[in-house]
Amino acid sequence: AAIGLGGSVQAQEDLKPNSWEEITSYCNYYEFGTGKDDPSRNARALTTDPWTVKIDGMVDRPGDYALGDILAKMTIEERIYRFRCVEAWSMVVPWNGFELADLLNMAGVQTDAKYVAFETVYRPEEMPGTRYPVLDWPYVEGLRLDEAMHPLTLMATGLYGKPLPNQNGAPLRLVVPWKYGFKSIKSVVRITLTDTQPPTSWNKSNAREYGFYSNVNPTVDHPRWSQATERPIGGGLFASKKDTLMFNGYDEVASLYDGMDMAKNF
Amino acid sequence: MVDRFNALARRLPTWAVYLIGVLPAPWFLYLGATGGLGVEPIKALEHELGALALQLLIFGLCITPLRRFAGVNLIKFRRAIGLLAFFYVFLHLLVWAILDVQVLSQIWADIVKRPYITVGMLGFAMLIPLAVTSNNWSVRRLGPTWRKLHKLTYVATVLGGVHYLMLVKGWQLEPLIYLLVIAAILSLRVKFQNLRHA
Repeated sequence: AAIGLGGSVQAQEDLKPNSWEEITSYCNYYEFGTGKDDPSRNARALTTDPWTVKIDGMVDRPGDYALGDILAKMTIEERIYRFRCVEAWSMVVPWNGFELADLLNMAGVQTDAKYVAFETVYRPEEMPGTRYPVLDWPYVEGLRLDEAMHPLTLMATGLYGKPLPNQNGAPLRLVVPWKYGFKSIKSVVRITLTDTQPPTSWNKSNAREYGFYSNVNPTVDHPRWSQATERPIGGGLFASKKDTLMFNGYDEVASLYDGMDMAKNF
Repeated sequence: MVDRFNALARRLPTWAVYLIGVLPAPWFLYLGATGGLGVEPIKALEHELGALALQLLIFGLCITPLRRFAGVNLIKFRRAIGLLAFFYVFLHLLVWAILDVQVLSQIWADIVKRPYITVGMLGFAMLIPLAVTSNNWSVRRLGPTWRKLHKLTYVATVLGGVHYLMLVKGWQLEPLIYLLVIAAILSLRVKFQNLRHA
């Protein structure tokens, strides 16, 4: 199977992707504005070609990698993933992309590395939302190395077989389907391997509400709303809610957190 | 210019203000049902109704300073503005409870457990006695107490602004602007009262 993971193949068969219109018109990308429709209106100003990703820190082959050179070495596949926002709405998204593990292996992860830090492009002249200190720009995120190397963890370059629209994080974004959406950092320009837990934007902004792990977990509420249920986008004015699944339904990652208190490490 | 405006306002019947004022409700509902509010119309509708309610509350608070400082007289519409604000807060609450939360037990849990909802609900609760006593009979019956009671509008409006600031993620501009405007209007009142006492 293209996925190579029995559990997800099974789960994927019942997933009906949201429409292109839904996925590309309802976005959180605060660099282009805090409204859900701001990114689709403002993101076209972002220049995504040429695009360079700096890979540095604890790697054997650090450097500025041109996106084209990266893509020439990667295998692009389709992954239909559930997407659960921390705001308690959800979608199903047919991504195109490659495994982050392949990219990290290309750069050569050194044995002491324990975490991966990511950074979004920061161009105030192209990103009107960054004129306001909604967050401490540039947007940064991080994963533990084993999370980053997990075969579910994707670097997406497309949607429905088409290039990723700017509002969805073009030209290259992270997708970690068992974590809340804000972990899946958009328009990545830097990937750094480190041995210390990297800072993450929402955690810096409000540590009480957003933890480093941010795994989808119906039993740990956000302080301001319940995470037990979610509203699938696309149901209109009278859409019903459905139960949120532990790890967003990706049980195969549970072993990464064996022995960890998920309420403490939220 | 101000006289012409006042003359125009005098000619506008109050029922027309009520009529124009309720029109956004069916309009937003129509937009929500037909895709005009985007792919997630529930939160969008909730937000539009809440924002309109807050704008009407702020407009209501502007009526006195407008007369005092600009000579613009809209006093005869103040009751309509207040009742329309209450109407939209109530609709905002209904959409939240019925379309958004949906689960009865969770509605109550949210009111007690989530501070931004507690604050919003408190503001709504304060508006209830004001709406109930908005008729002429109550004004006569309560006398000076009526004026005192209706100062709760100030508190309710501040709570509405704080509710908005508390519910957004990160430091967003819009709720801060609302709060700034509310603070400015209320400070005008403090200044004026000080002048009167001096």
